[in-house]
Amino acid sequence: MAERTIIDARGSFCPGPLMELIARLKFGAVGDEFEVLSTDKGSASDIPEWIHKVGHELLDSREEAGVWHIALRKTK
Amino acid sequence: MANSSKISIVVVSGTLERLQMAAMMASVGAVSGNEVTVFLSMNALGHFRRGASAPAAEGAFGKLLVEKKAPGFKQLFQSAAELGDAKIHPCSMAVDVLGVQAADLEPWLGGPMGLTKFLSDAHGGQVWSF
Repeated sequence: MAERTIIDARGSFCPGPLMELIARLKFGAVGDEFEVLSTDKGSASDIPEWIHKVGHELLDSREEAGVWHIALRKTK
Repeated sequence: MANSSKISIVVVSGTLERLQMAAMMASVGAVSGNEVTVFLSMNALGHFRRGASAPAAEGAFGKLLVEKKAPGFKQLFQSAAELGDAKIHPCSMAVDVLGVQAADLEPWLGGPMGLTKFLSDAHGGQVWSF
């Protein structure tokens, strides 16, 4: 299983978590997995929307104790 | 990229809320594969000098942005430029009126742009103003 990079964006507001994700994705390789932790509800719906639009693979999106975990695989 | 389009954003306001919203649109638009051009003029431009003081809030929401530590508008514009290749230009008229040099402005801004060029680039795309 690919190693997963955790991006802890808890406490940051939209579009902070998305920008943190993109900054990290840029330096990743195709196939790498990333997981964003966010306490911002807007980002929890906006990040999957972005993943869909750009064409990466959404692996998981779930809430645990007020923290959203959004996991994806870089596809390009 | 599918669904990409051209987004042109004119920013004239110097209030925190409007700068923030313009920066949010520029950054999210740019990292979603759109071709984003930002044109900074009037009261907005002074806030893009290096070391400029923070803009004043227009209302209660602006104060909340500060309290809750929302990502700074300059940081978002910079992300738009660096991560999404957004082009962010000062209006050449505003540069002249304000009397600023390129070296006085944030390094991630492009060179001064005239209105004719901006309008011609904006043709056929979405235009937003703040």
